[in-house]
Amino acid sequence: MTDYLKIDHIDKTFVRAGAIAEVLKDITLGIARGEYVSIIGHSGCGKSTLLNIVAGLLPATNGGVLLENREVNEPGPDRAVVFQNHSLLPWLTVYDNVRLAVDKVFSGSKSRAERDAWTLHNLDLVQMTHAKDKRPSEISGGMKQRVGIARALAMEPKVLLLDEPFGALDALTRAHLQDSVMALHQKLGNTVLMITHDVDEAVLLSDRIVMMTNGPSARIGEVLDIALPRPRRRLEMAANPVYLKCRQRVLEFLYERHRLVEAA
Amino acid sequence: MNMPVIKTESALAVPANPAATVLALQIRRSPPGERILTSLKRAAENLVPPLIVLALSVLVWEILCSKPGATLPPPSRVLGETLELIVDPFYDRGGIDKGLFWHMSASLQRVAFGYALAAVAGVALGTLVGQSIWAMRGLDPIFQVLRTVPPLAWLPLSLAAFRQGQPAAIFVIFITAIWPIIINTAVGIRNIPQDFRNVAAVLRLNHLEFFYKIMVPSAAPYIFTGLRIGIGLSWLAIVAAEMLIGGVGIGFFIWDAWNSSRISEIILALVYVGITGFILDRIVATLATLVTRGTAAN
Repeated sequence: MTDYLKIDHIDKTFVRAGAIAEVLKDITLGIARGEYVSIIGHSGCGKSTLLNIVAGLLPATNGGVLLENREVNEPGPDRAVVFQNHSLLPWLTVYDNVRLAVDKVFSGSKSRAERDAWTLHNLDLVQMTHAKDKRPSEISGGMKQRVGIARALAMEPKVLLLDEPFGALDALTRAHLQDSVMALHQKLGNTVLMITHDVDEAVLLSDRIVMMTNGPSARIGEVLDIALPRPRRRLEMAANPVYLKCRQRVLEFLYERHRLVEAA
Repeated sequence: MNMPVIKTESALAVPANPAATVLALQIRRSPPGERILTSLKRAAENLVPPLIVLALSVLVWEILCSKPGATLPPPSRVLGETLELIVDPFYDRGGIDKGLFWHMSASLQRVAFGYALAAVAGVALGTLVGQSIWAMRGLDPIFQVLRTVPPLAWLPLSLAAFRQGQPAAIFVIFITAIWPIIINTAVGIRNIPQDFRNVAAVLRLNHLEFFYKIMVPSAAPYIFTGLRIGIGLSWLAIVAAEMLIGGVGIGFFIWDAWNSSRISEIILALVYVGITGFILDRIVATLATLVTRGTAAN
């Protein structure tokens, strides 16, 4: 089977003030259509850099990204990003934030009324229709992130890129939103690449977890298949032996074999 | 264990109960007399202190300047001597012997022209400097030097170039107002969060869409700060410029009054200049809140 999204031998070096810093070293990863893959690693290991390269926001030094066997090297709505800090435009309402994306992506293919309906449909998917006329400053952090997800989904992306989407949220809101994302993935079958530093989040949501070694020159240390049936329920997982074993594997990788020395 | 989740969602979706409470609150608030009273009270809280200070200052001024040998007239004499000007601001006896309305309107016209030009050119140049690192490296040092040149120092050069008072004065306003507009716009553009640029990149907005949909709204609070400083400086510069170029205008009116030793008229003109400057500032500030719709606070 050929990979839907292929990250092919990517190196990334930054040159700053004459000093060369190698951030990523020889990253190769294939993702199947409809698969949910998480990348986990300590902060500073370059996982966000990797996501930005896939999104096209950063150029790779060597190697490339293939989507449906075509190289992608600039940003585009086929790889919609949900940013860590929502990145909603504060001068637009919730509806207009999503509509901006809808108008841009479907300007040629959908009529005005269809774009309006599609915007509302996507707000409905994340249960944010009730706040459609509010501005981002008037809604909570979790709601903003929901709108960010709606905006990304509305682009009908081939791959959904999530950059620590729940990192800035409190634990309860995070759990609630994780359940929503799981339900959406179940319903829509998107291909998802998620960056996270939360072990439970990675195990609960993913089909596969890609564990990265510490930088500089971070590589893929290990890839773990999560053989848990879907739909998964948060509370049943707490006692599920497969879940616990996967969790243990990731924890061992992060805290024994690749402990972040500076963080101590 | 799905139950609590479902519950929260359904609670969000049912708006019936909150509506009822809102209604009850409105009933409690309704007596109209009480509402007018509270708004009057709030207005009084803002108006009474400055009025008291104003009255006290006028009183002190009256006492100080009523002494024999005082060099400046007391407010009572200012009022008596300028009553004709206050009552009839629209008279026109030809030449420069006109009512204050005509002087003010001539000055305001010059400011309007010069300031409008400065606003357009300033935002355009500021955008260039904010967007392009090379434009910034090339232009910013020059701007930093030029902006410290006092407005009036430009006037002789401006007169030499235009050979007429009117365009020379407008140029002085332009060159005075443009620097804060350029600099603030550039800062605003440079401060557009990378996140917004990323959003624009993922959506593949073209340059024009990026300008209208991201750049202008995002930099608007900064641009309006520049515009507000600019209008203040314009009004500062016009009085001085008009003193030198002559003709109709509030600046020359003051200079003319000084040459004829009509001190009371100078004081009246200063009051008018101050109030007009205040109004101009408020107009731009109101425009800013209207355009940015409160996102300036974000």
